[in-house]
Amino acid sequence: MEFIKTENLSFYYESEEDEIQFDTVQNVLDGVCFSVKRGEFVAVIGHNGSGKSTLSKHLNAILLPTGGKVYVDGTDTQEEDKLYDIRRKVGLVLQNPDNQLVASIVEEDVAFGPENMGVEPEEIRRRVDKALKAVDMYEYRLHAPHKLSGGQKQRIAIAGILAMEPDCIVLDEPTAMLDPKGREEVISAITRLNREQGITVVLITHNMEETVDCHRVVVMDKGRILREGTPREVFSQVEFIRRHRLDVPQATELCAKLQASGLKIDKLPLDAKECIDLLSEVLI
Amino acid sequence: MIRDITLGQYFPGNGILHRLDPRVKVLMLISVIVLIFCTFNFFALSVVVALVAASVIMSKVPLKLYLKSMKAIIIVILITSLLNLFYGTGEAIAQWWIFKITQAGIRNAVFVAVRIISLVMVSSVLTFTTSPTDLTDALERLMKPLGIFKVKTHEIAMMMTIALRFVPTLLEETDKIMSAQKARGADMESGNLIKRIKALVPILIPLFVSAFRRAYDLAMAMECRCYQGGKGRTRMKQLRMHGRDFAAVAVVAAVLAGVILCNIFL
Repeated sequence: MEFIKTENLSFYYESEEDEIQFDTVQNVLDGVCFSVKRGEFVAVIGHNGSGKSTLSKHLNAILLPTGGKVYVDGTDTQEEDKLYDIRRKVGLVLQNPDNQLVASIVEEDVAFGPENMGVEPEEIRRRVDKALKAVDMYEYRLHAPHKLSGGQKQRIAIAGILAMEPDCIVLDEPTAMLDPKGREEVISAITRLNREQGITVVLITHNMEETVDCHRVVVMDKGRILREGTPREVFSQVEFIRRHRLDVPQATELCAKLQASGLKIDKLPLDAKECIDLLSEVLI
Repeated sequence: MIRDITLGQYFPGNGILHRLDPRVKVLMLISVIVLIFCTFNFFALSVVVALVAASVIMSKVPLKLYLKSMKAIIIVILITSLLNLFYGTGEAIAQWWIFKITQAGIRNAVFVAVRIISLVMVSSVLTFTTSPTDLTDALERLMKPLGIFKVKTHEIAMMMTIALRFVPTLLEETDKIMSAQKARGADMESGNLIKRIKALVPILIPLFVSAFRRAYDLAMAMECRCYQGGKGRTRMKQLRMHGRDFAAVAVVAAVLAGVILCNIFL
């Protein structure tokens, strides 16, 4: 059963001028049919302006569709009285870690979500500690956020969502503003959450290396879903990915180039280790 | 560097005053301030001074920091004392032209000086021993009764919390913008006052633009975390009164009684 499902989702930003010329309004999302199963780890990739960020904001009713439907756990996101139920089930982590932390002490920031939900104080304490441990930031619980690194701040933001005990976390380019180390920390935290706690993850990104461990990759461009499949299926179509101004993981690219220049490689690798194994088999 | 500016003057520590309930501390500060202005003779004043001195010692904050905060207002103290010195009525001890110094004048001058010094000291004790977060928290809870007058206490406290959170972030950003503008040849250190104020414009405009962008993001992040105002909100940290809090209240109450007695009988 699908946990999140969009049916023919369309969206355009309303123009502020009174005379909307309908022929010039461009849909940011154009008939998107997207679904996520419980426990799945889905990556959505696409070039800037592909609509992937807009899609993420529909998944917890921050934006409401102008056409089509979005269902979260069977509930239509347009039902106003279910709004907070939906947001509790699907948490959204944004790109800039600085702009999503509310309090000046880490643990109080993590407590912000459950406090808003009216959870009992002892239960909040338990959830905060659990969430901070899950992202490996427990020892920083009394620090001030502005003294932490980008990767640490982003993990605090993830903990803030985790403390609401959601079924699904949507991350909108969580690593775009981070250095390689921070990137690594955040991605490994997300992967762990998915594997160990069974939390459904939707990762919006344009860094292909981050997607190799996920169950399914969805490629978007111009507000439409172009293709989806396992990372291996999607990235083996190197030409197709290129055409949509995206990259394939470096290891895949290397082997694709070797293949093109005549080396006999029957399948394309996704990460460095696989690439080494493959090449040593072919070359030695 | 601009980044070195710290907001509030919190001095982390683990003394008894640090551990007191912030609500109690705020209420104590208010009552001590009232006390300071309700002392009508030297005995009453000395009781209050003793209390203030005791709290300064108990705060375990280096005396240097207190002196630093005194430095800023030394001129105020001097001016008000001098004015009071010449405003006394009664028989003159010394007189020169229209200035005359009387016994009452000297008394008033000393009183005013001691009162202002105590006032600054005792307020510093609060800000040195209480973190800004605790302070906003205490204020939110103490302001709660104002809710019946339709004062939006939760909203005020939320604004204070967010302001505290973003001050360092925006300072850091100001620093970055300044460097960026300097790198493009902006001159901020020379010229007259008007010229220098004008030089701030290219710093303030990007700062405002980015602050609004941050506000937009933050609002969205808060919505994602089910923020719906103060209604139905719980708090993780419950403030509970401990033995030490009641003891502190008792001490202040005793001093209050002492001051009243001194005022009446001495």
